[in-house]
Amino acid sequence: MTHADSDPANAIEIDPLLQEVMGPTPGQLLRSRIVGHQGLVIGVVVLTIMVIIAIFAPLIAPHDPYAQSLMARMKPPVFLGGTWEHPLGTDHLGRDYLSRLIYGARVSLLIGVIAATISGVIGTAMGVAAGYFGGKVDAVVTFLINVRLAMPVVLVALAVVAILGGSLTVVIAVLGLLLWDRFAVVMRASTRQVREREYVAAARAIGASTPRILLTEIMPNIANNLIVVVTLEMAHAILLEAALSFLGLGVQPPTPSWGLMVSEGKNMMLFEPWLVLIPGAVLFILVLAINLMGDGLRDVTAPENRS
Amino acid sequence: MLQFILKRLGLAILVAITVSFISFSLLFLSGDPAAALAGETASGEDIEALRRLYGFDRPMLVQYFDWLASALRGDFGESYYFKLPVAGLIFDRLEVTMLLGVCGISFALLVAVPLGVAAAMRPNSIIDRLALFMSVAGQALPSFWFGLILIVVFAIKLGWLPPSGTTSWQNFVMPTIVLGYYAMPAIMRLTRAGMLEVLNSDYIRTARAKGASEVRVMFKHALRNAIIPVVSLAAVQMGFMLGGSIVVESIFALHGAGYLAWESIARNDLPTVQALILIFSMFYIVFTFLADVLNAWLDPRMRSS
Repeated sequence: MTHADSDPANAIEIDPLLQEVMGPTPGQLLRSRIVGHQGLVIGVVVLTIMVIIAIFAPLIAPHDPYAQSLMARMKPPVFLGGTWEHPLGTDHLGRDYLSRLIYGARVSLLIGVIAATISGVIGTAMGVAAGYFGGKVDAVVTFLINVRLAMPVVLVALAVVAILGGSLTVVIAVLGLLLWDRFAVVMRASTRQVREREYVAAARAIGASTPRILLTEIMPNIANNLIVVVTLEMAHAILLEAALSFLGLGVQPPTPSWGLMVSEGKNMMLFEPWLVLIPGAVLFILVLAINLMGDGLRDVTAPENRS
Repeated sequence: MLQFILKRLGLAILVAITVSFISFSLLFLSGDPAAALAGETASGEDIEALRRLYGFDRPMLVQYFDWLASALRGDFGESYYFKLPVAGLIFDRLEVTMLLGVCGISFALLVAVPLGVAAAMRPNSIIDRLALFMSVAGQALPSFWFGLILIVVFAIKLGWLPPSGTTSWQNFVMPTIVLGYYAMPAIMRLTRAGMLEVLNSDYIRTARAKGASEVRVMFKHALRNAIIPVVSLAAVQMGFMLGGSIVVESIFALHGAGYLAWESIARNDLPTVQALILIFSMFYIVFTFLADVLNAWLDPRMRSS
């Protein structure tokens, strides 16, 4: 027996046995679920590429996105008979389309991240307070959620941007202040569930203060739901910015925004449909990647919800 | 039940009043509404005259209650641009928007409910995966871009449908699709989840055991119960849709209330914008209230919450 144990050939056979007895660790399980989830992997990969492109835009873009050229207007993309000088062609002012798309990723991601952060802070504070304290606090927050849901988002956002003037800052602020509803709804429901757990009662029993319970007991246990809502609202904000800019009341020219590019290409859609197709397709891919990531995170962190 | 309805009604009215105050306050967001109205070239006297004409010199709360009292009588003031009563302007345009909303939600239900049922019948099958992918992709599709693609394909390349206008039923085909697809993912997912839950219940097993056909089990027994939450979701989505029609109407130049909203915002016609925000909000409030009541009527367990 002792001889067999020291034999390296036998030791290899014991290893899987040991593994089977102990089973994979929760971390290993999570890792295998993440890698095994196709949508999540695709979403993360595409989003990472987009983020890298946005960050390194000045290094990647072949031209200045603002440089106009009257001699090179409406050049077609390479696959429609254009040249590699402008791989995706040029717009009605002779600006390089690829460079504008690359810089447009910055606008979309910036708006998505900051708007989702602002609305996330507002909505989480409201939702956690309502879920934890219940009673009158809950009634007030629920009422505010109802009021917010009743307001037509696009209409209110358009009106406010029109009154205050369209700029990146105004669009981000308006979206951030409008999109907190889903955060509040989800965080309220999650907090109500977690509040009843034994560890919260235990923390209360040892005399932990309310802020301490909220920060160290409640928040870590609702964080996975929060991350899912953050991704979904990021996608929502990006789509709304594009829609506002498309309607002419969002980010103003000459800023390269994908929604604005679709709007500018719309007038030439009859003869040059690629002017509309390309920026819209990129927008679709970015939002799809974020949504795939959000859905994937929900599946992975809550395996009991998987069908 | 009556108590439940009264409580919900009270809440709905309170929400409506708050929304009305917010939409009224928008006017003051710019600082001085009289100066904004007069334009950049106006002199100080012109602005002062406008301020007195529209009553902007009074305290804001007085103006609000004045506006609200008129609004309750159906008087939303006069449009700065058209110089006509706002109420009449909106009323004329609402028909198109309502028609579009009804078409949109019907289209969404007609596609999403059967798809959800099919997905639930065979979980993890190709149909299920396709339905789930469509719901994820549908949420990511920018509606203004989708609308433009439809115009390129069906109006310009194929010439089957008119690209814009409000003259015949054909004008409503593409707007209905663009407005409707956005509600599909949520309806599809809820139908699927509801069906999966119901299909595991005892009475479905009983129905199968007594030899009912699969179609009968699905549509007579299962869907009837699974559809309850879908109906209230559809009501809520309808409220959202009317508010979202602004994008669709502007793409297809459908002259409804959404198009009016877009024009009025661009023209700084604030009385019209205020009234439209209030009216679209009212639609949402009424639809969610009806959905709540319907839910409570169909499912007594909902009445206690």
